[in-house]
Amino acid sequence: MTRNSIISGIDWWTIILFLTIALFGWLNIYGASYTFDQTSVFDLSNRAGKQFLWLGIACVLGIAVLFIEGRTYEVIAYLLYAFWIIVLLITPLLAHNVKGSMSWIDIGPIKFQPAELAKMITALALAKYMGRYEYRVRSWRDLLTPSLLLALPAIIIMVWQRETGSALVFASFMLMFYRFGMSGYVITGGLSFALLFICSIRFGEVALPWGEGNVGILLCYLALMAVLVGFAWLHEQDWKNVLVLVGIVVLTYAAGLIINIWYTVNFNIVSLIALLLAMTYFTAIVIYRRHFSMLLVTAYIAIALVFCEGCTMVFNKVLQPHQRTRIEVLLGLKDDPTGAGYNVNQSLIAIGSGQFSGKGFLKGTQTKLRFVPEQDTDFIFCTVGEEWGFLGSAGLLIAYLCFIIRLIVIAERQRDNFSRIYAYCVAGIFFFHLTINIGMVLGLLPVIGIPLPFFSYGGSSLISFTMLLAVLLRLDAERLNKLH
Amino acid sequence: MINDPHTRRAGIITGAVVLVVLIFIIRLFWLQIIDQSQKQKADSNALLRQVIYPSRGLIYDRNGELLVFNQPIYEVTLIFQEMRHGFDTLAFCRCLDIDRQEFDERITAIRDKRRNRGFSTYTPQIFMSQLTKQEVASLRETSYKFSGAGIRKRTLRGYTYPYAAHILGSVGEVSQADIDRDDYYQAGDYAGRDGLERTYEQRLRGEKGVEVIMRDSRGRIQGSYHDGAEDVEAITGIDLHLSLDIQLQALAEQLLQGKVGSVVALEPATGEILALASSPTWNPEILVGKQRSTQYNMLLTDPAKPLFNRATQATYPPGSTFKTIQSVVCLQEGGITPQSKYPCSGPSSTPIKCTHHHGSPVSLLNAIEQSCNPYFWNAFRDMLQKDGFGDNNATFRKRYNLWRDDVMKFGLGLRFEGTDIGEQSPGKIPLEREFNRIYGEKGWKAITIRSLSIGQGEVLVTPLQLANQAATLANRGYYITPHLNTELTDAPTLRHETGMDTAWFALTAQGMHQVMTNGTGRWYNIDSLQMCGKTGTVQNPHGKDHAIFIGFAPMDNPKIAVAVVVENAGFGATWAAPVASLVMEQYLTGTIRRKPLYNKISNAVLAHPSAEQ
Repeated sequence: MTRNSIISGIDWWTIILFLTIALFGWLNIYGASYTFDQTSVFDLSNRAGKQFLWLGIACVLGIAVLFIEGRTYEVIAYLLYAFWIIVLLITPLLAHNVKGSMSWIDIGPIKFQPAELAKMITALALAKYMGRYEYRVRSWRDLLTPSLLLALPAIIIMVWQRETGSALVFASFMLMFYRFGMSGYVITGGLSFALLFICSIRFGEVALPWGEGNVGILLCYLALMAVLVGFAWLHEQDWKNVLVLVGIVVLTYAAGLIINIWYTVNFNIVSLIALLLAMTYFTAIVIYRRHFSMLLVTAYIAIALVFCEGCTMVFNKVLQPHQRTRIEVLLGLKDDPTGAGYNVNQSLIAIGSGQFSGKGFLKGTQTKLRFVPEQDTDFIFCTVGEEWGFLGSAGLLIAYLCFIIRLIVIAERQRDNFSRIYAYCVAGIFFFHLTINIGMVLGLLPVIGIPLPFFSYGGSSLISFTMLLAVLLRLDAERLNKLH
Repeated sequence: MINDPHTRRAGIITGAVVLVVLIFIIRLFWLQIIDQSQKQKADSNALLRQVIYPSRGLIYDRNGELLVFNQPIYEVTLIFQEMRHGFDTLAFCRCLDIDRQEFDERITAIRDKRRNRGFSTYTPQIFMSQLTKQEVASLRETSYKFSGAGIRKRTLRGYTYPYAAHILGSVGEVSQADIDRDDYYQAGDYAGRDGLERTYEQRLRGEKGVEVIMRDSRGRIQGSYHDGAEDVEAITGIDLHLSLDIQLQALAEQLLQGKVGSVVALEPATGEILALASSPTWNPEILVGKQRSTQYNMLLTDPAKPLFNRATQATYPPGSTFKTIQSVVCLQEGGITPQSKYPCSGPSSTPIKCTHHHGSPVSLLNAIEQSCNPYFWNAFRDMLQKDGFGDNNATFRKRYNLWRDDVMKFGLGLRFEGTDIGEQSPGKIPLEREFNRIYGEKGWKAITIRSLSIGQGEVLVTPLQLANQAATLANRGYYITPHLNTELTDAPTLRHETGMDTAWFALTAQGMHQVMTNGTGRWYNIDSLQMCGKTGTVQNPHGKDHAIFIGFAPMDNPKIAVAVVVENAGFGATWAAPVASLVMEQYLTGTIRRKPLYNKISNAVLAHPSAEQ
């Protein structure tokens, strides 16, 4: 393959979006770390200057990667994976403690976080494993090995390096799993547990008129009933049975209401009884019809029930007070602008004060005066919100949206499985970072410290993201040569 | 994966990405465009609107002597939010020499939103105010130990002379009512509370400025916002130049030491107040700073009522000094002529006896000179009853009203308007109505109200009105409303004409001159000064008579008009005349030659012991 064909095969849209975002990010790092006696944007002693240097290095490395033949990655994927697992294991031994995390090592004057590159290497390994010609996702067993491949570095990073944020990013591979055959129920199931958790905690303190129980748990029961009826409708295609299920629930409530005339009835318990009766009926039907896969629904509801009860208990008895506060603040149960909610509160103030068109470059008071912690790394989006306003921040989000959609387009047009799977991993990683980071800054998700790709200050993350992308661009450029 | 069974999922994934970004954009729209509260929070976070207090206008006397100036004072402020970063309460208390209990009480008071509506944990709150440089010195040195504590410089009033407290008034912290009335004020601001400080509050206070400064998350100042584009400079208050002569004021107050009473001196041609003293008084310095409220309460509860400005608020019957007005009015309205004479039988005169010994019959000039009561009773009667009584006593009552209007043209019976003297009493020249009510329309004649003829009875005047009356006589027929600010002097609205014949004034002045040369004032005359005067001894149902004197000098082209009241002192000739005489001497000659007289008067104690200075 000649040099010219690489240049012609490269996806320039992605390059343009990447450069736009990265340069805008660099400008905002200058803004965020700007102080009043600032000299130059290129001064290497400040963060903007350093970031510019990193950007240069990242581009050089990215271009270098573009010259490596795509086949190479497929060949060395496992080797690289094994090597990097060792690096990840060694890291904490060499690292020094940065806010409790043991993930940073010094290479000469440069600080480096191996966990950043682990995402790319894991993606390559997954692509190699799942890209084998004979590989298909037919049952959950087929996903067992890939799951282990991604869980291994994730667990090392979370437990051994104590870097929760970076470890959570490995969940982004679920998007790729889903695209290649993993049941959507895994993702929706996971999300449903999150919702149940939020619901039971968020409304856990709201009392009910009959004394026992709370609104949170009642809502959980009702949601689970709806899930049960929904599954019966979708999968049994039998309206009679759905009617019986609804009938059971209605009758149970009617009974409860009648008894309530004489005795005060706890409708939480009535709901629980209704749910259990409906579950029993549903289970009986699916066993009778030998639809054993539907037993998973029964199992799900049983687990969910235990989970809901467990959440409240764990929340109140197991969690440390400061952890509890964090969750409560996020769910809007507690207003704590100076304590646990400080970061997010200041972040919202900074963004909100930007209003429609922003305060102008270098004119943001909140970020300039360092009201927002981590404002040039994880909370960099605040600077955008404050100085560039709704126009700038929504514009940036749309740029990211275009970028991720472009990655999906690239992924879809790959002809070989290795490239396709890798491309989806890349799209998933960017999507996950964007969602968690912006969600955190906008106060929609808990504070999990992960960077905004190409935007947050930091050499490790910038270089890792650039290389992640460069490998994809090289694979994409080669797609026409790889006709099977 | 050529046979991809999950192609649809690419669309679902794309949809999920779009959905997430859409949620974020909606959230941004909410935060940045709909919800305005974040903007305000941002400003209170980062911008500190620091008030720059203007320095208050200075006050000078008529000779350019500085009377009131500004002196620096310090207040300690706390920003509660920042106290979390390390605040050694005990050391702080030690620095300010207070105990822990007082500290807690002050903190509670600051946090009380009812008393301190501007409370915020983010802005500096006044913890202690009105401290001297020495008192904040130790805090200043160790302030790094007390995160959130600040020292702010303010100014307090300072006084060159311990005099003129009533006139100058004082400056104190604004009340909640002031804050509600005028949104210029904020809790802790100072404003003129009384006297000229209150009258001229608007011009003396100047205009507060504001400096918008940025501070970072730790409260450290990071410079001005927008390079000071939103700052507003403080505008210094406008100085006040008073007509007061501080030397004369000092003399007047010294002469009133140990007595209850007042001295008012005017420049007749301009209405400018040269001295306005009320005794007992206080040193204006005591109402400055921390001790203000305790001292003020002491003044307030003092049985001698020092806060009461007797010169403008106390009313007395004018006594024999009223005869000067009677003289002019009776001549003007045809009750008497310059040649009129009336017999006087001395102490056996009826209906009013004479307290002096002189020949009979008496002429007008003699009557003034000797303060002959029967003469003025007769003149008053003849003036009122000149045209008989008419139907239903109507003619008499008409004459009474004519007399009343004429008397009021001397500035009596009403408060002076358009002037800068805050607290005044109107005094009283009785209305016809009052007598009608008591005696019935037909039931009263000159004899019924005969006390008015010699300035006793229902007529009441303030010392300021008395001085103005003297000025009117000195001017031979007009007066300029007495005022303190020299800028008012040329205001045309302040000039008041009596509209009466100058000749009557000249005759009366001649009589007053004779008072000083041959009459009741002769003991305290200085010939070269051509003094004119009239003594008065006012019967006081509550105790000893009040001594009163009005006068002006020199007779031709008068430069000063004076009124003196010394309560419960006895004869006007004995206690009021010498005070007035010394005041005139001081003003006209610039010095006091009669030192023994000065010593005698200033050292005399006639008042209740509690009325000491």
